[in-house]
This record gives sequence, C-alpha cells and structure tokens, in this order.
Amino acid sequence: MPKDGGIGASTKRREDVRFLSGTGNYTDDINLHNQTYVHFLRSDVAHGRIKSIDTTVASAMPGVVRIFTGADFEGVGSVPCGWEITDRFGEKMQEPAHPVLAQGKVHHVGDQICAVVAETLEQARDAAEAIEVDIEELPAVVDMKKALEEGSPKVHDDLTSNLCFDWGFVEENKAAVEEAFQNAAHVTTLELVNNRLIANPMEPRVAVGDFNRGTGDHTLYTTSQNPHVIRLLMGAFVLGIPEHKLRVVAPDVGGGFGTKIFHYAEEAFCTFAAKAINRPVKWTSTRSEAFMSDAHGRDHVSTIQLALDADNNFTALRTDTYANMGAYLSTFAPSVPTWLHGTLMAGNYKTPLVYVNVKAVFTNTVPVDAYRGAGRPEATYQLERVVDKAALELGVDPVALRRQNFITEFPYQTPVAVEYDTGDYNATMDKLTQVADFAGFAARRAESEAKGKLRGFGVNCYIEACGIAPSNLVGQLGARAGLYESATVRVNATGGLTVMTGSHSHGQGHETAFPQVIADMIGIDASMIEIEHGDTDKAPMGMGTYGSRSLAVGGSAMVRATEKIINKAKKIAAHLMEASEGDVELKDGQFSVAGTDKSVAWGDVTLAAYVPHNYPLEDIEPGLEETAFYDPANFTYPSGAYCCEVEVDPETGKVTVERFAAADDFGNVVNPMIVSGQVHGGIAQGIGQALLEGAAYDENGQLLTGSYMDYAMPRASDLPFYTVDHSCQTPCTHNPLGVKGCGEAGAIGSPPAVVNAVIDALRSAGQDITHIDMPLSPARVWAAMNNA
Amino acid sequence: MSQVTMTVNGKTATGDVEGRTLLVHFLRDELQLTGTHVGCDTSQCGACVVHVDGKAVKSCTMLAAEADGASVETIEAQAADDGTLNVVQQAFQDHHGLQCGFCTPGMVMSATALLKENPKPTEAEIRHYLEGNICRCTGYHNIVKSIMAASGQDVDSIAAEVAAQ
Ligand code: FES
Ligand code: FES
Repeated sequence: MPKDGGIGASTKRREDVRFLSGTGNYTDDINLHNQTYVHFLRSDVAHGRIKSIDTTVASAMPGVVRIFTGADFEGVGSVPCGWEITDRFGEKMQEPAHPVLAQGKVHHVGDQICAVVAETLEQARDAAEAIEVDIEELPAVVDMKKALEEGSPKVHDDLTSNLCFDWGFVEENKAAVEEAFQNAAHVTTLELVNNRLIANPMEPRVAVGDFNRGTGDHTLYTTSQNPHVIRLLMGAFVLGIPEHKLRVVAPDVGGGFGTKIFHYAEEAFCTFAAKAINRPVKWTSTRSEAFMSDAHGRDHVSTIQLALDADNNFTALRTDTYANMGAYLSTFAPSVPTWLHGTLMAGNYKTPLVYVNVKAVFTNTVPVDAYRGAGRPEATYQLERVVDKAALELGVDPVALRRQNFITEFPYQTPVAVEYDTGDYNATMDKLTQVADFAGFAARRAESEAKGKLRGFGVNCYIEACGIAPSNLVGQLGARAGLYESATVRVNATGGLTVMTGSHSHGQGHETAFPQVIADMIGIDASMIEIEHGDTDKAPMGMGTYGSRSLAVGGSAMVRATEKIINKAKKIAAHLMEASEGDVELKDGQFSVAGTDKSVAWGDVTLAAYVPHNYPLEDIEPGLEETAFYDPANFTYPSGAYCCEVEVDPETGKVTVERFAAADDFGNVVNPMIVSGQVHGGIAQGIGQALLEGAAYDENGQLLTGSYMDYAMPRASDLPFYTVDHSCQTPCTHNPLGVKGCGEAGAIGSPPAVVNAVIDALRSAGQDITHIDMPLSPARVWAAMNNA
Repeated sequence: MSQVTMTVNGKTATGDVEGRTLLVHFLRDELQLTGTHVGCDTSQCGACVVHVDGKAVKSCTMLAAEADGASVETIEAQAADDGTLNVVQQAFQDHHGLQCGFCTPGMVMSATALLKENPKPTEAEIRHYLEGNICRCTGYHNIVKSIMAASGQDVDSIAAEVAAQ
C-alpha cells in the first residue's frame, strides 16, 4: 500500500477547502482600484460589410469612458494562429487576419465590432445599444461542402477560396492504400458527422487588463489554461509588449476543456485598453457571449472505409474528412484535424496501410479548435464505428473482430508516423469484460424487454496520444511553439518546498497530486510542499495544461528539478557527516551513510544551505533551488476499452444510459481518486456528445443553440454511476514517472460505445439500422426507427 | 437607486442598489461575497444558489430589492468559524465531489436544502433534485455520492471503482 500522501495514495484534495468554503479566487473575483468595465458590441449577422459606425450619441452617455472601434487597432497585430499546416501539394495553409475588433467586415455572429468602456457594466451596455452600426449583410457560408463549391461566397475576400488546406497523410501510402482496397475481400464504408460542440466550462471567460504608467508594466488576469502561452502570443504577435513588461495571471480557473487554451481577442483588448485609458479594464463574458465567442469543438464530416481480407484481418483504412475551422484560425485549430487526428487512425489495430485526407474549411461560424480530446475523439469515433459496422456486415462478434486485429507487440511502429511504446489491449478488454459484466447482459436485456424497452450493448477501444509533445517533432509538423514543461523547486530554509510549475490546474488537482510525487522522492510529508502555478511572474516559461500533459510533461520537469535538489542536498549532507558523497543515501527524509550510524535530517541540510556556516562553500553555492525544463521524447499512449448499455424507449426514441464501464491503461497512477474523477467527467462529456449536445446554425449563420435553453448540457438525471478501472498499467517507458495521462480518455473513449449500444438496441428489434448521427436525440432515433 | 437591508450570513447588510440589480451581484459586488458564482444568464446552471429565508434560490433570478428584509445565507457561512467544513462540505471533499470548484458553492447550497427536505434521498431523488445545477467537470458521479454520504448512507457499494493499487 502506498503511504498516505505519496504516489498511489488517494489523497484528498487540499484545494477543495477553499472551493468548498467560497474562498477560491477566480478571475471574476478580482476587482482593481479605479476599474472600468467593457462591453463588446457583437455582430448579429454572420457575414457583412461594415459601412459605418456612429458612436456620437453613445459616447456622450453617462459613465462612458471611451468607445473603441476597429480603427483604434489599425497597426496592431492580428490574433495569431500557433500552428501552420503544409498541404498535400507542399503549399502553406491559407491564414486570414484576425483583428482584435472587426476591420471592414464581420465574419461570424458574435464577431466583435466595438468595445464600450464605462464606469459600470450597465452603463457600457446601455451605451452599446446607442451605437449605430450600418452593416451590409452578405451571403453567409455555413455548410462545409457548399463553402468549397465554385462561386460560393468567400468568408475572407483576400483568400483564394474557403479552403484552408487539403492535407494528406501519409501521402506516400496513398497508392498502396488504393491497391489494398482493390484486393480486399470486404470493404465497409461509413459516412458520419462528428457533431459540433461547445466546451462550456462552468466559469465563463473573464479578462482584466491593468497598466502601470510609472513602470510601464502590463498585467492581464485571465481565465487561461496556459498563461505563458498567452503572454507570448499576445505580447509578441498582437500588442508588441516584451515578456518582461507583461505579466499574465490565471488564478483559479473554473474548468477549461481546451477552450481556455486559446488566446482570445478580448484578452488583447483589455490589455491594450488599460494602457490607452490608463485605468484597469474588466470584461466578464456572459454565457450568451460564451456561446458565440468561445472556440467551438469537433465539427467534422467524414467518410471512412475499412478493407478486410477473407480472414477478417484489417488490410487498409482510408478516410476523407471535412473539418470546420470557422471564420478565423484559433490558436491550435489547424493541428486538431491533422496531427492530432491522422496520427491516431491506426487505433489499437495492426492495419498496415492508412491514408487520411482532411480538407479544412472556412465558414461564417465561430472558430473551431481543441475540445477535450481534440482530434483523437474524432479519429476514435470513426474507427470504432466502422469496425462495429464491419462486424455487423460480416456477422461476427465485434469484440472478437477487435481482438483479432489488436496490436500485441510493443514498441509498435504504426503506419501513421507514431510509435506506441507500451500497451496491452487484450488486458483492458479482459478487464472490461469482467467489470462491465458482459456475461450478465442477456439477462439484463430480457429484463428491459419485459418492461417494453429495447436494450443495447456497445463496446469500443481507444488509443490516444498524450503527453504533448516532443518539441523538435512538433516543430517539423508546423507548431510555432515548443511543447516542453518547466518546474522550479525552491526549498526553504526550514525544509518546506515551494514548487513553481508551468502546468496549470483548473480542476485536475495538481496542488494535491504534484506534492505526492515529490513527497515520495524525498520521503517527507506532502503537506510540506506547496504548488504555485498560473502566474508568469512566478513560474518559469511553461506551456500549460492540455492534451493530458500535466503529469507526463510537467510532472517530469518537477521530477528532474527535484533530482537536482537531491543531488545537491546529498553533497551538503556528505559535508555535514564528513562522508563521501557517493555513500550518502536519502530515505524517509533522512540522509545517512551506508554502513554507519551517521545521519542528518532533511531539515538540517536545508538549513545548512541557507545558513552556510559549516558548508562546502568552495565547492557549491549556498541555497537550494533548482529549475528543470523537460521535453518529452515521445507522446504517451493511454488506451482502454469502454462498454455502454442503453435502454431505448421504442415509443419515443428516448435513450437512457443504464450502465457505463471503462477499463483504462494510464500507466502508473499517482492519485487514483483524482484519476477516476477525470474519467467520470470525460465520460459525461462523451455521453453528452453522443446523446444530447450539438451546436447548430441555420443556413444564414445564425447560431440556433445560443443558451442552455437550446444547447442540452448533461444533467445529473441524464447520467448513471460509472464503473471505472485503471488497474491495467503498462507504464510509459520514456518519462521518469511512467505515467501516460488521463484527462481526455473519457471523452475520447465513450461516444462510440454509446452509439454502438443504441444501434445494437434498435437491431435487437429487427430494425435494419447501421448508423445514426450524433446527438442521438429522441427525434433522430424515432425517425430512424420509423424511416421518417 | 434605493436602499436595501437584509441579513446576510447572520449580519445586517445595507446597500444602495439600482432597481435592476440582481441579488447575486449585490452579494458579489457590494458585499464581496464572491463565493456565489454566475455561470449563465438564463437561470439554468445553479452556480448562484443561495438560501433566502431557508429556501434554495437562484440568486440570479431574484432582484436585490426583492430580498429586502430577508435572511440570506451563502457558501461563505457554511463552515465553522475556525474553518472546519460542515457535513456536506466534508462529504464533497471526502468523495471528490468537485474538480474546478466553480459549480461547487451552488451544489453545496442545493444539497444542503435537499437534505433539509429529505434527509435520506435516494440516488434518483438526488439526481432529480439537481436538475437546476450543472457541473461540467465531475460527471455528477461523485457529487451524487457525496450527497448520499452526507446523509449518512453507505456509499462504498456504489458502482465498483477498482482502485489502481
Ligand atoms: S447564474 Fe444563476 S442559474 Fe446560472
Ligand atoms: S466542479 Fe467544475 S463545474 Fe463542477
């Protein structure tokens, strides 16, 4: 058993105390002296040319400090994109400008036109209503395939078309894949939509800009998963503020799920305006604004084909995807349908040949970017649905078909560039068989049928690439950033530790889990260790939290820095014990010399480091503080198998999830309680995608799902208890903790299981249905059953 | 502007409010009680739940003026003066009923109101009662579990959670 507080213990979260007692410090809780409030006037048309803006009346209204328009941002940089894709033909992607406030045209409903800064929020809102904006409405493009037709209206006048890029992967395999399809004994084809989602962290975005004229220092408080990334993108590309004059603070953040990775125009506005008016400027998004300004997720339309030989071995896979970019390129948007999607198309299977084509398309909709899983759920959904459909067509058991094609030897070089280090897909499937009680399904189905309900059983596997990512590799793939992580471990004189990390916690429990790792390394109590994150003035340059990378990359940096601390502490201890450094051991917070009874405590050594009276000053410096940057050697590859059981009401088409089980392999696990919680949350979002959620636009680009009245968020009564297991552990071989990451698995692994289960339920009633697009709402299920 | 006076967490609070000022903004902006959160503008999410005269109320649906003379309790008053968490709060920590913490004040206030009405709610009753509280992080599993535990029910048998060790 792990000792309480160390690796493997389900230590209760220390951050909970402040969250449970209402003393958290979220960005909207921050109010600065002499603060003003901004309200953005946003476009209510999807596409239009701004003919005039008249702010005369509004400017004279009570409390108005200043009204900004696009003209104030001429010469200011464009909100940048952090990833550049090179297409099949060697051409760079098309990249439109993204001004902080609209210049000349508006490109989606919600695009910012003007910003009213006033003494109170109400005054800012009132004044915004008095601004007269004359917009000539232009035809909007919403549907991706139509957007690519000849003669379609262009979202951006200065681009050649609405095609951002046409990406092929692996282009060299294309001909071989075609040939494999010609020689196939069976080909299964499936067309599907990965529905557009809105991340909806419960805390809306907030930004507070501040400027000190005396020092020339800027500060931005913002709801971000990666404050250093915001500092770099906004400082270097938009506003031209060097990093040493710009501090970005992301305090307690109320959930992110990807949508708080990106640098948004509102952040740049508040930073810019604070200097312009020499007062703090605060913006708090309403939920309605969030729906039309937070980057959306998913929104792929795909055709996938699987080729099998006469023995049901997978011989080739090809997929064509249209990926919606929305109106502008959000920070990591181009990486999502490409490198985070194409590289996962081998899945858990030894399919030797894979070809992925992705056409990324501009439309007059909110930008689309990473949402929990980012590309990997889209890959998993296609693959795990087409395998189920193949099993149906061939009349074989879908689990057996999967097992037959599993990769079983590691390391495994996939045909889609990545090399899996470890995994055991049969082990997670075996575990799932047990924890989901496959054997009891027939009885449960009979019970449901006795109540007049259809019951379905769906299974899928998943593999994901996490621990993002080796910098040299992503650089070759178009990333305009490195993806290392940093940590500074500061040991205080009396033995306590303050650890500054570039990882950011917005629900993941780093403040509890990270100390568990260090506590184990030194052998001290975890309560002696404090984690600091979210402030660029404190932590060294770090890349933040997304892609299930915090422990795998940020934790590894912390381990490396702690190793340096221990090495130095051993030198000091050797001096204090008059022993040779090589003989010093550290155990349970005590340094000792092997084979003797000499020992000094951790606290004696830390004190000596800062009160260096008896100290080897000629050999080492005083103090005990170390920094490490860790750049991963490879991605990590969590994997697992998920099972969903649904009941379908044949009268209404309503689907209820009766049971859900997950068997995951996350490698080593530091805090099992937190890991289970991450899986629960991911599963809920995956079930939400499969059954409830979907952002919809009408043909004019009006967002039809603009609030919680129309966008169905999963509620407690929509979901069951989940059975989650992470006892199958094949540790990652290339990071010091052997961890793989667990934050996104639930959202990646669950949608296909739900859809597979619903299809199974409907087929159990003799319905010849092979696919329904998500979300599987009662209306869609009923229509499928009634050929409506 | 008009003046309102109410009892908030046992103390008298007075302030000038506009007719349109919502109770949640009075609490957050005037009284600096920022534990109560705003997660939506359509009264759907429950991040803003407080107790008004002992009943759970979404403080974004009530004008500050309507609470004139009322007794309001917020998340800040749930723990003891020395910071010791109450039974519901402690159950949320023990059973990992929160992640980012943003929905948590509303969840705790709703759960407390539920347990007052129904001291031993079933799983289904809890899920139904939480209709107006959205959590995006936890998938509700551990919230439901926390509330059952706070009511003294045995939660060890809930859906097998095979721990890693
Ligand atoms: S803020 Fe009150 S219900 Fe959402
Ligand atoms: S804990 Fe984050 S919304 Fe509930």
